[in-house]
Amino acid sequence: MADSSSPTQNSNRTRSGRGASVPTGTNEGQSGTFTPVTPPHPIDGAVVLARAQAGDHEAFAELYSLHKRRIYSLCLRMVGNIAEAEDLTQEAFLQLHRKIATFRGDSAFSTWLHRLAINVVLMQLRKKGLSLISLDEAMEPTPDEGPSRSFGAPDLILAGAIDRLALERAIAELPAGYRLIFILHDVEGFEHNEIASMLDCSIGNSKSQLHKARLKLREALRAASRQEARP
Amino acid sequence: MTVDAGKLSCAEFQAQLPELVGSGENVSAHPHLQNCDLCRALLADLETIAEAARQLFPSVEPSDEVWQHIESAIKKRRGKK
Repeated sequence: MADSSSPTQNSNRTRSGRGASVPTGTNEGQSGTFTPVTPPHPIDGAVVLARAQAGDHEAFAELYSLHKRRIYSLCLRMVGNIAEAEDLTQEAFLQLHRKIATFRGDSAFSTWLHRLAINVVLMQLRKKGLSLISLDEAMEPTPDEGPSRSFGAPDLILAGAIDRLALERAIAELPAGYRLIFILHDVEGFEHNEIASMLDCSIGNSKSQLHKARLKLREALRAASRQEARP
Repeated sequence: MTVDAGKLSCAEFQAQLPELVGSGENVSAHPHLQNCDLCRALLADLETIAEAARQLFPSVEPSDEVWQHIESAIKKRRGKK
């Protein structure tokens, strides 16, 4: 059962999460925590953001409700560990709380928040000894990590439907830079211009890295499929 | 000079693929694919992967403890001010 002090999950999000209304509100309880309530009308996301920027804790709780799944999922896919992903989610939202007043609307809020969370994740990967010192490095996998060209391969056709677990495994095995781009574009639904803005790279670079990520996944899925077919 | 798109080699076509796919064009209508089973299969595979990825849209959420820790840290920070 959900704790009453936790902001309610938003089950009505759009895939992009942008422009979504906020289906729940929160109320300050006697203990000073916020209890979710259902407002009579959807609250405009921009109004919630403006209130949170002005220091309204209830509005900040609503922002958390709106974005927690996407940020947590991104963290989880990047580090592959629930406890670590929760710590990173917490750190990302604490940084959001510290910096929210500096958001000027130059990009969509979701893009800005993802950029912030990505930096938190990359810092963690660096701490763990992975050579991901900056977003630029994450965007430039070493040459031996690049996908091979695929012409001349004998068995190109993948099964019509891809097994979800096999795909999740293959994504987890991708180099971090490819994984990040693939998650942001193909899973989260961000556009290349938004990803370029998040990662400080060119749109062309985003397209190229996504293509390489898909090629790597194809290789991995085909290898897994060949292994399964062995007697 | 314009290069006949139907006469591209597989390597040339695949070098253009990121931009073609990323631009949202209908790549399957590309002249190279009319006569190239390998590249047609490649494109089909990449589209299948992208489609499968859409089904992975976040369905998990962090435990309630995460929000409790966030609230607690915010309160501590306010107390210090």
